Amino acid sequence: MKILVCISKTPDTTAKIAFTDNNTKFNEAGVQFIINPYDEWYALVRALELKETLGATVHLVTAGGADTEPIIRKALALGGDEAFRINTDSQDSFYIASQIADHARKQGYDLIFTGKETIDYNGAAIGGMVAELLDLPYVSIAAKFELNGTEATIHREIEGGEEIVKVTLPVVVSCQKGMAEQRIPGMRGIMAARTKPLAVVEPAAADALTTVTSFELPPAKAGVKLISPDNVEELVKLLHEEAKVI
Amino acid sequence: MSVLIFADQAHGKIKKVAFEAVQYGAKVAQQLGVSATALVLGAADSAELEALGNYGATKVLHVADARLNEVEGAVFTKIIAAAADQEAAQVVIFPHNFDGKAVAPRVAARLKAGFVSGAVSLPDTSNGFVVKKSVFSGKAFANVNITSPKKVIAVMPNTFALEQTDAKAAVTAFSPAINDADFRVKVSSVETVSGEVPLTEAEIVVSGGRGLKGPENWGIVEDLAKTLGAATACSRPVADTGWRPHHEHVGQTGLTVRPNLYIAIGISGAIQHLAGVNGSKVIVVINKDPEAPFFKAADYGIVGDAFEVVPKLTAAIKQIK
Repeated sequence: MKILVCISKTPDTTAKIAFTDNNTKFNEAGVQFIINPYDEWYALVRALELKETLGATVHLVTAGGADTEPIIRKALALGGDEAFRINTDSQDSFYIASQIADHARKQGYDLIFTGKETIDYNGAAIGGMVAELLDLPYVSIAAKFELNGTEATIHREIEGGEEIVKVTLPVVVSCQKGMAEQRIPGMRGIMAARTKPLAVVEPAAADALTTVTSFELPPAKAGVKLISPDNVEELVKLLHEEAKVI
Repeated sequence: MSVLIFADQAHGKIKKVAFEAVQYGAKVAQQLGVSATALVLGAADSAELEALGNYGATKVLHVADARLNEVEGAVFTKIIAAAADQEAAQVVIFPHNFDGKAVAPRVAARLKAGFVSGAVSLPDTSNGFVVKKSVFSGKAFANVNITSPKKVIAVMPNTFALEQTDAKAAVTAFSPAINDADFRVKVSSVETVSGEVPLTEAEIVVSGGRGLKGPENWGIVEDLAKTLGAATACSRPVADTGWRPHHEHVGQTGLTVRPNLYIAIGISGAIQHLAGVNGSKVIVVINKDPEAPFFKAADYGIVGDAFEVVPKLTAAIKQIK
């Protein structure tokens, strides 16, 4: 079995969000970058569990410049076998999905895992697009994935509950909490990652269909209005008359 | 030319997020000087379909095929693409909910349409086709220009207030060719909490955290929620320890909610929790620790013991109801 895990580089969850160049670029000064948590904790770790229990080769793919290599090395340290970096700075989801689909066509995978979304762009687009470009079934926002031969049983989140679906491989799955538990790479993994193959692939011809023209921050909150615990009637009055939400 | 809107349904009822998407799509159509067509897949009664006119759809295409009662992304994509073709749709609108996330990116790739998900503004067509979307888990917005001729937009739930009219839409049956073999993902069971407002659609959410000390104390949260007609939610540690079911967990790794009112009880307000709730219009925090970071993100706060404050609050709300 051959599994592809799509990895994205994102700012750390607690990073300060600010912009430069007339609000057109994310301010990276002092920001620590990590593997997108959904890609790492759920997609990658579940792929590694399948490798350990059923036997599989786990490939990693990312799109980005040379500055994404530290996070790819970390994914290799966690147990990925081989990595591919598609050398592009594009942010458009169709362009990136086209690159991943092109890579997948050449390699041929039984399973493609992505995170449910990245914590920076919050697009939730890549998995579905890759599936469509490859004409594969797609199960989004999966919280559990079990495999019996070539039949997968997947728990997919829906409004107020979940749906259990069955699908025959190959399939594309976007992963969320529940799939697996976060792991910390060990020293042996970190050492081994240094010599694992990391290929730099030039992008295939594809179109970018969107561009980010600018960023903006939400208006600052006016500050909290504190109400005495002995005067909850005041809170009710404010919610009713001032905020008009009850 | 038209704008096509995927109007998501569950159990034959059109979802609130679908009405929001239809209203958004109708406004885009107005901007572009074209008509708005809604598309409903699966069994739904005719009153529900006609009601889509209340939010601006002039026409409703309905595929009354029971195999479509649950979403199969590839099948839905095929049908939506066929409808977009028939209606000469340049723009296709989805709600950015679970079903939207399963289908919208597929449709975008199939139509080779630029895709913006989590849209919080109507397009600005003065210089391109620029849509504002939520990024960095609600901590910022990006203005995204869609440069392709076809466009797909997924609308952030609970962002646009519904404005209802009496207009009715003309309902037309739509019958694209669908084969059983097209259904590659097969639903074997569905488990949902019935009779309650889905958390992601709720206008008021009452949420509890570790400060409530144990699942046996959730009665005060539920009483307040019931009084307000609200959905209940919880923080990550509460779901992780099994005090409350996972589908109630809001935050970075759980659900994102954007209600009109979010009441946080005994939740400290870690950045990961805020990522799931910072789109709420009004936030009330009740916490006995005045240093709880949540107060910085709140509109109203009470520093006090939840076990005393919450029952009093419930009683005070009953007074005005």
